[in-house]
Amino acid sequence: MTTPTAALVGFKQRRRASRSRSLRAWYRNGSLMAGIVIVGLLVLVAVLAPVIAPYDPIAQHLEQALESPSAAHWLGTDKYGRDVLSRLIWGARVDLRVGFLAVLIPFVVGSVIGAIAGYVGGIVDTVLMRIVDVFFAFPFYVMVIVLVFVLGAGETSIYLAIAAVSWVSYAKIVRGEVIVARQQDYVVAARLGGMSHTRLLVRHIAPNVMSQAVIYAMSDIVMDIMAIVTLGYLGLGIEPPTAEWGSMIVDGQEFITTQWQQTTIPGLVVVVTSLGLSWLGDGISDLLSPDRRR
Amino acid sequence: MLHRLRFIPGRLLQAVPVAFGVTIIVFFLSHLLPGNAALALLGERATKASVAALTEQLGLDRPLWEQYFRFLGQIVHGNLGTSLTYQLPVGQLVLQAVPVTLSLLGLALVMSLVISIPLASLAASRPNRAGDLFARGFTLLGQGMPQFWVGIMLILLLAVNVRAFPVGGYGDGAGAHLYFLFLPALTLAIAMSPTIIRSLRASMIGVLESEYVGTAKSKGAAGMPLFRDHVLRNAAIPTVSIIGVNLGYLVGGSLVIEKVFALPGLGSLMVNAIFSRDFPTIQGVTLFVAIFVVVVGILTDVVYTMLDPRVDLAGGTTP
Repeated sequence: MTTPTAALVGFKQRRRASRSRSLRAWYRNGSLMAGIVIVGLLVLVAVLAPVIAPYDPIAQHLEQALESPSAAHWLGTDKYGRDVLSRLIWGARVDLRVGFLAVLIPFVVGSVIGAIAGYVGGIVDTVLMRIVDVFFAFPFYVMVIVLVFVLGAGETSIYLAIAAVSWVSYAKIVRGEVIVARQQDYVVAARLGGMSHTRLLVRHIAPNVMSQAVIYAMSDIVMDIMAIVTLGYLGLGIEPPTAEWGSMIVDGQEFITTQWQQTTIPGLVVVVTSLGLSWLGDGISDLLSPDRRR
Repeated sequence: MLHRLRFIPGRLLQAVPVAFGVTIIVFFLSHLLPGNAALALLGERATKASVAALTEQLGLDRPLWEQYFRFLGQIVHGNLGTSLTYQLPVGQLVLQAVPVTLSLLGLALVMSLVISIPLASLAASRPNRAGDLFARGFTLLGQGMPQFWVGIMLILLLAVNVRAFPVGGYGDGAGAHLYFLFLPALTLAIAMSPTIIRSLRASMIGVLESEYVGTAKSKGAAGMPLFRDHVLRNAAIPTVSIIGVNLGYLVGGSLVIEKVFALPGLGSLMVNAIFSRDFPTIQGVTLFVAIFVVVVGILTDVVYTMLDPRVDLAGGTTP
């Protein structure tokens, strides 16, 4: 029980806290806005690629190979005479699509497994978590590279490889949250009220535990885009001649002394993309769990 | 001190099923190869006879469980198979490459600390001020840049434009190794630092607000001694486990970085094996790296316990 005075003190403290929070929220919302603008623009570029790209991204014009930036080719041309700017624009389609889609399977699979482990507990939890430990032993890039190699280069393999590696993080996060939620009064009350396990998990626990997984997913998209670009760099990514940022960086590396922009610019685009996604993630994290700030 | 390390046998025991799991996954990798693994290894133009010979050599005509135990038996005897490209034992190739990768990781870790400790301290001492914003900016950028691209950019800036460092290779002799490892280690350090800075900054802020720091200040401690003996020492503890967890990520990153800088470590071994479709080597390196990560996990727990007298993973009471 709180006495009226204590409540008043608490109220004052809360008000002070909420004022400083709103100041921080402004900054946070600033990052949300920045994220929305950057990611929005990138998505727009990706969608409008056929309209805004000045040239065909894969048509070769060997007579124009390795041209420096000019009015006709703002970022120059690559070794096959393809317009670098057009390839960057078309690359946004591939890299963003794969980045976003790659998160879906591990998000769903990992969350379901984590929820089951956390909710059921006991031997099921122990076994599932040992499996998670096993997968955790494989470094992200090692496993993704090996799996894409084994499954054969291409988009489907990338989705499968990333899913096989990154579901464990979601499982760990959701399991931890479910274990906490399971002991909460509302869950106990619902069980006493005769609610079935499935309904309780889906209707009551899931909405309360998913925010951490969603927040993680935002940083995971950044990691997946890095993975796709890195696979492209190793020649295991999207098959050429499709325009993709990672393979553009490799193609440019040969001519780094004379045509530095061919390697630098695609890399910078990746950096801007991940900055935008990180900001968006920070903003979303702020909206979803206002009291759990770093 | 020693009684707190009683948890080690139990922790090792816990690692055993994980290590088994690792061998199972590595084993099944070869079965994910489309069609007959032998055919996939030899390529499209393989003759029927050579496919049959390799199938028998790899024991692919035996039942699955028998194949697995055969595989496990070989591993236990330190036999990781024979490289198809070099016609040498994979174990030998791995052992040749390990010192390079370990030196790279070690130097990268030292450099990450050299970058992270000052930046995190700067950020934690005055949150939301210029230093903090700078540290946050660095963190954001460090995570947002593809590692191999950072490597290429460092080559462009410091090896091509300013000829301060070699573009790649490993050099001869310890001094040369250090010189050749500088840029690749810096690349990895830039990727690793953001995680360390974040963790260190958060725990430093916690420590700075704690009562014992207030007590130390009231007893006259200030400046460097206060920072070193009270703040950093205590803030470092959670960071150790963060570094332990992320070392696996660092290992994965070094794989790609070694390719960028042409370092003859595990990464180059693996990437070259991928290009030449040398599956036994790929399998061997994957297994080695995963077991390495499991071992690092145990070591992290040991260091963690040694650093923090309050941690007792054995579950006993600290006197």
